[in-house]
Amino acid sequence: MKKINTLDDLKKAGDKGLKSLFPGGVKITVGMATSGIASGAGEVYEALSAEIKKRKLPYILAKTGSMGMDCIEPLVDIIEKDKPRLAYGKMTAAKVPQLIDQIIKGDIDAIKPVYRVDEEDVIAKREKKHYTKGMVPEYLKGIPTFNEVPFYKKQIKIATRNCGIIDPENIEEYIARGGYLALQKALTSLSPEAVIEEVIKSGLRGRGGGGFPAGIKWQSCRSAHGDIKYVICNGDEGDPGAYMDRSVMEGDPHTVIEGMIIGAYAIGAQEGFIYVRNEYPLAVANLTKAIEEARSRGLLGKNIFGTNFSFDIKISKGAGAFVCGESTALMASLEGKAGEPRAKYIHTVEHGLWDRPSNLNNVETWANVPVIIARSGKWFSEIGAPHSTGTKVFSLVGKINNIGLVEVPMGIPLKDIIFDVGGGIPGGRKFKAVQTGGPSGGCIPASMMDLSVDFDALWEAGSMMGSGGMIVMDEKTCMVDLARYFIEFLVSESCGKCTPCREGIRRMNDMLHDICAGKGREGDVELLESMAKGIVDGSLCALGGSAPNPVLSTIKYFRDEYDAHIKQKKCPAGVCRALIRYEIDAKKCTGCGVCAKKCPSACITGEKKKAHKINQKKCIKCGICMESCKFDAITVA
Amino acid sequence: MVNFIIDGKKISAEKGTMVLEAARANGIDIPSLCAHEAVSRSGACRLCVVEAKKGKRSKIVTSCLYPVEEGIIIETKNERVLNVRRLVIQLLLARCPESEVIRDLAKELGIEPEPRFVPDKDKGKCILCRSCVRVCEEIVGVSAIGFSGRGANKVVGTPFQENSAVCIGCGACAFVCPTGHIQMTTTEDTRKIWDRTFKMKKCDVCGRYFAPEDQLQYISKKTGVPLKELAVCTDCR
Repeated sequence: MKKINTLDDLKKAGDKGLKSLFPGGVKITVGMATSGIASGAGEVYEALSAEIKKRKLPYILAKTGSMGMDCIEPLVDIIEKDKPRLAYGKMTAAKVPQLIDQIIKGDIDAIKPVYRVDEEDVIAKREKKHYTKGMVPEYLKGIPTFNEVPFYKKQIKIATRNCGIIDPENIEEYIARGGYLALQKALTSLSPEAVIEEVIKSGLRGRGGGGFPAGIKWQSCRSAHGDIKYVICNGDEGDPGAYMDRSVMEGDPHTVIEGMIIGAYAIGAQEGFIYVRNEYPLAVANLTKAIEEARSRGLLGKNIFGTNFSFDIKISKGAGAFVCGESTALMASLEGKAGEPRAKYIHTVEHGLWDRPSNLNNVETWANVPVIIARSGKWFSEIGAPHSTGTKVFSLVGKINNIGLVEVPMGIPLKDIIFDVGGGIPGGRKFKAVQTGGPSGGCIPASMMDLSVDFDALWEAGSMMGSGGMIVMDEKTCMVDLARYFIEFLVSESCGKCTPCREGIRRMNDMLHDICAGKGREGDVELLESMAKGIVDGSLCALGGSAPNPVLSTIKYFRDEYDAHIKQKKCPAGVCRALIRYEIDAKKCTGCGVCAKKCPSACITGEKKKAHKINQKKCIKCGICMESCKFDAITVA
Repeated sequence: MVNFIIDGKKISAEKGTMVLEAARANGIDIPSLCAHEAVSRSGACRLCVVEAKKGKRSKIVTSCLYPVEEGIIIETKNERVLNVRRLVIQLLLARCPESEVIRDLAKELGIEPEPRFVPDKDKGKCILCRSCVRVCEEIVGVSAIGFSGRGANKVVGTPFQENSAVCIGCGACAFVCPTGHIQMTTTEDTRKIWDRTFKMKKCDVCGRYFAPEDQLQYISKKTGVPLKELAVCTDCR
């Protein structure tokens, strides 16, 4: 592979990438991130490949990452010269021949695209890519454009700018969209101090949870004593329901690498580590490939861009401990020790990995860096909210219509994410709350829907930004059960080093189990609150320090549900099995017998065409009867 | 010298001194369980917490690991601190109901067991303070014991809970254990610890059994002192 040493080399590589992105003729891309593969993108890709071969078509078939809209995957894009890019959602292998037919015919009669892209931002290059020359064919005019789709309308893609567009295994496509331009600029025209200044100006705060200003961290690490310094990327994303970093690592690994090289230059580091959890095999594979490619092009290794600056990156795979997302535990794990945190009274920017100055940022933070350097800190600081600049990637999951990955400007009202981007709650149910920040975060009730989504506002509301998981809950979610779920997760993930976290969280868990089982006692809520305070104050690391948040926030906003469980022995949401009863409304029951057939414990009896009855002694409260009843005759209380 | 305040008292100490030492040197008592003078500190038990105030900011820190700072105000017995300490003691009482050390400490601090916590039956007296593991690694240098499992299932033991080939039977772990969890039984000519029985060596001079043979061999190998010279007990040397 030809080394890239100069701006001219970079431009040449970019030109090649452009040809690969837009080869002329027909190009078909399939979203093959984990989200795509899980919904069957692999079979779609195979079917496309076979069909193209069978018909001997000159089409180019390529893989790409995730565009974020997971609810419509597998997603197939068709790129044709001078035509809008067309996105086909929920593709199946069976639909492939029809799709090929309509590409040949030039219509959209059989399968409608979900949206079309007339132009898209190439944010790192400050340009737009125009697919059409202002001319949209008549038959496509009824298809909404990318920017008209509610899911995308309010999004600004910086960290995920290339996901779903480029082939993550092709460095030239990354370069074609402005990749490594920021690195070239930094190494050849900016001093390390100037790079740090730019990052400080941008206001970029760490996207891993703490929200510490990245530039300030870099500066502390730069001024720390020591010749050998490290930069580290935290890719140990472990929150249930969160996959922001996975998507970036899978869909655009080079942005993480470029960000790290720029950071290393600014800090004065010679070596970098990416710590990825082993449960992300595709992220590991794509990062490995990207590092090899960057190295073969001279973008990693000695004398990058012909300068004195040398730097390389190694990947380290995590063995599956949530706590290793904590900086000191991560570093212990990198050193080959058990992943346990240590007290951080002496900061890791001074004494980190192998006791040397180390700068740790998470995947999303690094992914923002190339664009900040390319476009300027001032440009970035004007996006988002005053003290929370830029965008934030969230994984929107749970009881929401548009499940997927979204990148929105900071400061966006919560309701915009839930109802506009997310498309509201399925089944006409009511929105109840959203859990942000994963198990370390808290829930925000529907009454606070106008809340600005930024670091400080979330913190004040008793939750946190965390790494960006957003779990949406509807009226059928029991908040006590939710708190129990998160606490149970943390019990199994506590490393066991310090007393409050190891012993305290499991005692909270015991009490929450009791409450859900109808064995809660008067005074339990007060005891939970006092324990929570002690655990927050007394724990060694942030895992324990934030572990009680789900309990505290649910008590704060849904105290009545705790009281209902403890005092009335009722679960208002109809979730906690020990506290609910399924009943058949004799007036509504038609005696069709479907519920009786489906009941796994055979506890529903009745004559045909006459109201049925549930034997409460035998009922296991699985709820299958209620789901199967077409006449709404079964109620839970 | 660094000047600061603990519980309203003006104190100065050398840079690098931990708050725990500075307090104790000035007659201010802070309870602790895992800070043993023989080993490095882990901050695991969280009993020695204090509140550190710096300007407008204040946080709970472990005094055993927190170095003194100019102008810092430390409070060792305010409500916030006592809440953590009470919780830690109650949690340890529930974990190790048989530990006299914990029970005595609770009594001394005026802390009653929390009736809502069901006492454990399977944890013995181990509070996972780490002193044993650290002494074995840092002082003895054999790392015969370590941790396995995580969370409340974490246990101290030899690898795979099998007989350790590297244990020298020195008993340093049992010596530093604050609660007496680690069982070591020594009869006339044998010592039993971590499920292994060690042969004891007789002093060449007085004839008293004084140390495991494995330990003497290990010391000889590590220091280069001939085994013969180590065959005399410390009293007769």
